[in-house]
Amino acid sequence: MAASLVRMIADGRLPAAIARSLGRLAQGYFLSVALGVPLGLLIAQLPRFRQVVRPLVMGLQALPSITWLPLAILWFGLSDAAIVFVVVMGSLLAIAIASEGAVQQMNPLLSMQARALGVEGFRYYSGVLLPGAFPGIVTGLKLGWSFAWRALMAGELLFVSGGLGQLLHVGRELLDLSQVMAVMLGIIAVGVAVDRLLFETLELRVRRRWGLLAPS
Amino acid sequence: MLRGLLSGVAGRWRQRRLLVPSTDKGEAKIAVSRVAHSYRDVEALKNVTLNIHHGEFVCLLGPSGCGKTTLLYALAGQVSPTFGNITIDGEPVKGPSPDRLLMFQEAALFPWLTVRQNLHFALRSKERSKRRREDLVRKYIRRVQLEGFEDALPHQLSAGMRMRVSLARALTMNPAVLLMDEPFAALDAQTRGQMHQLLQRVWLETRKTVVFVTHDVREALVLGDRVVVMAMRPGHILTDLEVRLPRPRDPDDEKLVLMSRQIREMLRRAGAAERPGPEEVEERDGQGEGPPVARSVPTRAPRPVGARF
Repeated sequence: MAASLVRMIADGRLPAAIARSLGRLAQGYFLSVALGVPLGLLIAQLPRFRQVVRPLVMGLQALPSITWLPLAILWFGLSDAAIVFVVVMGSLLAIAIASEGAVQQMNPLLSMQARALGVEGFRYYSGVLLPGAFPGIVTGLKLGWSFAWRALMAGELLFVSGGLGQLLHVGRELLDLSQVMAVMLGIIAVGVAVDRLLFETLELRVRRRWGLLAPS
Repeated sequence: MLRGLLSGVAGRWRQRRLLVPSTDKGEAKIAVSRVAHSYRDVEALKNVTLNIHHGEFVCLLGPSGCGKTTLLYALAGQVSPTFGNITIDGEPVKGPSPDRLLMFQEAALFPWLTVRQNLHFALRSKERSKRRREDLVRKYIRRVQLEGFEDALPHQLSAGMRMRVSLARALTMNPAVLLMDEPFAALDAQTRGQMHQLLQRVWLETRKTVVFVTHDVREALVLGDRVVVMAMRPGHILTDLEVRLPRPRDPDDEKLVLMSRQIREMLRRAGAAERPGPEEVEERDGQGEGPPVARSVPTRAPRPVGARF
């Protein structure tokens, strides 16, 4: 397995697959964040909107994201867009739900103080609500990322078009057990790396700045 | 014995002169007229009429649940009373506005912003020029004696310092009226004393119109030009007294202690007449008082109504 891992790294198959997968992931994930966070804030702030949208979001969240793939292929064809769509459906709702929860957990005094100070509209959303809920949102982003990563792997496995999932698929076709396991190792490595390096650091920094850590 | 009697009479006479029923002094800045407010079936305020003049420091004093906070929130526009009118400078109060700024029991600073950024953020909607903003921020940070802490985050400061930041933030906004909801109730006795001195000094410099809610009789007497004593069930004004003591005032001043005893007695009688039940006004007797006990029931802020974002 180690030999297989080294060989795949050496001939560039594994790095290329990782790059391809991460590229798709980045597209889908950033789209999810860009849509999911505002969606969550709006659900938390507008009661009418919440009544309509929240049950919908909760219902769709119960659907495993990979079940969107057939629909995505019908809509977008056998393209990257289909996989990106699956990734978005995998993480968007989780991020929205977490963002909504983060707003609900915010100290209500801050919103009242903002109103008392005459901070309204966009300045309220961007300057009070978003940073106020940010520690909770970061947790949601982390969760969303792991959902996105899973959705991507499932998508790539089923719908062969490069990336780590395909490498795994090829390994299975060739009955090459060591390649399968080596690719799995790669998937774990990427997952852990992003989780540890990116999110742990971000979470720690935010919590420190917001004063949510016990002083050490 | 005769001398004792005489001095007793003289003392009473002096006392009465120091604490007189307040009289109407012309045009009111804040006019509260026959205001009543109910939360569902609970009558929080009934037939409250009160005039506050420009530059006055008015303390609303009363036991928990007497509606003083509701009245303050109504002035702030966070609560719209079910009956009656409130006008400020002739304009009816509709919703919150930075022109009648409300300060809470907690400092309510934005925890992700430094002291300086907190002040700037609030001011940005009011003052467009960055230079002027910086000048104002510097001026008020100096006024509340927080130089050197401009770049500290709120959680790095003590509770008293946070309250000072909150005060500075309120003052930079230069509101027509400053509304304070037991801002020092959560502080320890010593810090509270310091805040009283600071607030008195700042007030003497700025002469803002202030409405200050408290359940601490001595705090009211130290700070207020007028002490509006309220009683409960339903919340109404018991009496409206003018405090004629020179500033800055010392909470241990003999005359002040005497006056506070008088007011407490009045509240006790009002409480006993209305209901059997625990006396909730903070009792602080004499000089040698023990450590402050958090006797104040955590104030339940009235639910804000009005515009949503």
